[in-house]
Amino acid sequence: MDLNQYLDMFIEESKEHLQAINANLLQLENQPDDVAIVNEIFRSAHTLKGMAATMGFEDMASLTHEVENVLDLVRNHKLTINSSIMDVIFQSVDLIETMVYNIIDGGDGSADVSEPVAKLRAIVAGDLQAIASSPAEKPKQSGKGDAADSADGLRHYQLDDYAVSVMKESQTNGYNLLGIRVSLREDCVLKAARAYMVFDQLEANGEVIKSIPSVEEIENERFDTSFEVVYVSMKTEAEVRSLIESISEISDVAIESIKLPSQTIEVVSAAKEAAASAPAAPGKKPAETGAAPVVKRQGGKTIRVDIERLDILMNLFSELVIDRGRLEQLARDLGKSELQETVEHMSRISGDLQNIILTMRMVPVEQVFNRFPRMVRDLAKELNKKVNLEIEGAETELDRTFIDEIADPLVHLLRNSIDHGIESPQVRLASGKPEEGTVSLKAYHSGNYVLIEVSDDGAGISRDKILNKAIERGIITSAQAEGLNDKQVYDFLFHSGFSTAAVVSDISGRGVGLDVVKTKIESLGGSVSVDSKLGLGTTFLIQLPLTLSIISAMLVQIGSEKYAVPLSSIIETAVYRKEEIMMVHGQKVIDFRGRVVPLVMLKEIFSIPNPAETDDVSVVIVRKGDKMAGIVVDSFIGQQEIVLKTLGKYLTNVFAISGATILGDGQVALILDCNMLIR
Amino acid sequence: MIEHKELEAEVKVIVFRLRDEEYGVEVSQVNSIEKLEHITRVPRTPKFVKGVINLRGVVTPIIDLRSRFGLEEGDYTESTRIIIVALGELEVGLIVDAANDVIDIPQSAIEPPPEVVGGVKATYLRGVAKLDKRLLILLNLDKVLNTEEMKQLDVLEV
Repeated sequence: MDLNQYLDMFIEESKEHLQAINANLLQLENQPDDVAIVNEIFRSAHTLKGMAATMGFEDMASLTHEVENVLDLVRNHKLTINSSIMDVIFQSVDLIETMVYNIIDGGDGSADVSEPVAKLRAIVAGDLQAIASSPAEKPKQSGKGDAADSADGLRHYQLDDYAVSVMKESQTNGYNLLGIRVSLREDCVLKAARAYMVFDQLEANGEVIKSIPSVEEIENERFDTSFEVVYVSMKTEAEVRSLIESISEISDVAIESIKLPSQTIEVVSAAKEAAASAPAAPGKKPAETGAAPVVKRQGGKTIRVDIERLDILMNLFSELVIDRGRLEQLARDLGKSELQETVEHMSRISGDLQNIILTMRMVPVEQVFNRFPRMVRDLAKELNKKVNLEIEGAETELDRTFIDEIADPLVHLLRNSIDHGIESPQVRLASGKPEEGTVSLKAYHSGNYVLIEVSDDGAGISRDKILNKAIERGIITSAQAEGLNDKQVYDFLFHSGFSTAAVVSDISGRGVGLDVVKTKIESLGGSVSVDSKLGLGTTFLIQLPLTLSIISAMLVQIGSEKYAVPLSSIIETAVYRKEEIMMVHGQKVIDFRGRVVPLVMLKEIFSIPNPAETDDVSVVIVRKGDKMAGIVVDSFIGQQEIVLKTLGKYLTNVFAISGATILGDGQVALILDCNMLIR
Repeated sequence: MIEHKELEAEVKVIVFRLRDEEYGVEVSQVNSIEKLEHITRVPRTPKFVKGVINLRGVVTPIIDLRSRFGLEEGDYTESTRIIIVALGELEVGLIVDAANDVIDIPQSAIEPPPEVVGGVKATYLRGVAKLDKRLLILLNLDKVLNTEEMKQLDVLEV
């Protein structure tokens, strides 16, 4: 069988499962007694093993299998998790991850798994020896060997507390608790299929609490001719019997009602909620592992769509937006009211469409964030620091183009915070802080932007040290340094002149490659700033636009040329009389609400031919951080949604032009990069 | 035998005119031929970069081939054409005086270019094809579209 067509799916799902395992392992580290987490991990590992085996990645399957064995002991309370076991499991998961990436890169996913396998086996073996004194019991199928105790059905079925509480709850709600033993005919060919039909019937009418052997074993035909299920249903014994007997090739159905021991009356409230929702959810999985909480399932229906298709959709829609602009202009020129109405209607609909397409491309920032807890854990361990990572707003959505791009800058900032921000536990205690440092990662929407904050409660950055360094490096003079506010001073951290090794040791290591972070974020149309309080901590703030491809812009005319100014950088537009323009050091400036704002004479910078001569000067006031500038234009054309296009590979790094767009009349207008015009 | 094969190997080229010379680019490198339309000037680019056009929704840079080769620029006329060429990921339009022919040239007719042909440096040429009475200058697009070289070229221009 050609498995290649499944490879993409395999890779995607493996990544998801690994992610889930990693996240759950971290949780488990904090709550080592929580069997529910172990079950989650076990399930992911099990699926992974199955997929790997099907796809023929033997090394991966065998390693996952060993991990599964250890987890199986843990969830059956035969092994207590400790940090050395955790480390081995983490190592194994890492190795599995490496294999997956090897497969992504076109490799065969093989790796030397002997070491972790040996370690995992040692854990399993060591523990088995330890419990050898107690009656030996196989972890799996433990229920089968037990002598039936008809007085207490629960012991027979080896039900755990959770299942009991579910049953308890069901009983009080009037459900019947049944123990069913189904025997198939000896000559039955497709035992698993028959068993499946039985389960199908049962689940249609109630809830399977547990099956012996487990569902997965039954599905793999690892049973003789009979199996038992613990079943909760509104139907009576007789009704259930006829349900099952309606399936062919069944030789015998034995049903008994189960009595719950009276002492387990207290029901945990959490279990109550779970039980309430349990009959609604397809009950296959809880039965599989017994102790599993109700499987987390998202209510909504989703489909996977190739990202490329979404990109194509976006491109096609961009074309439509351009045609929309053209139609709008035509309708205006022709002045036919019917045409105008239709075009207006179409514009509204395409506006809605635009919103939908943009949101379709939105991905929760979680996809990037969820790899950080692991990274922070490892890094903290490596540096012998205690760090707690707090994540907020992981559900905040961002255009998927950003998702891949912001990971690196964030990793950089987080490492920076842990490495240089958070002090060692001793230092922290000495300065009266809690031993464990906190690094927080926050994402939230604000207007048309997404903001991501990386902050720590570490040592902070010394303003004076930065200033001294900046003067030393010749970035500013000491005279200039006088009037700078804190923000301006901290901005030097992003100056490329700061990212040298010599600075690292001087200013608590800050400044390493921060200019790279800044460049990256700015290339995405965003900005990054830093704020710090000595002794209290540092906060980095990244601001990103919601989307890359369609933006609002102000169209302006200079001479015969039209330019688009992104609305995001415009503060406002204003008209000044010629006399109001002042000269400071040979630079034309205006007074904008008490601030002296330099004018940018675009017609000179761009040598635009035939600019209009007027008495009034139209100015677009733009900003970049705290700095402002006034771009002088001939006239304002108006605001418009524009589609960003690149100038192509041939024209790269054109000064102060960030791209182009196509206007309603089919002509190309260039988009101004205001950041380059403000100095 | 070998000779016979060489005779059979042919290249299909688009023939265009710059001043009085005839040039050729391989058909496989040409996407389309367009009439001259509105070109949006891109400030602060080399002189031969005339700007960008909207080519069916794709913003495409346009260079004036005369200017690129350091020849004196002429007025654009009715016959002026833009040849859209593609070289890997690069897509660029070349302004030429006219484009009106597609012909097959046998490989054997192509000779290495002399130092300078019609004022164009040999670096930009792949060769010269002699056909009956015509002389066809074949372009080396790799070099013509080489962005690295842009600055050096400014110096060459006289």
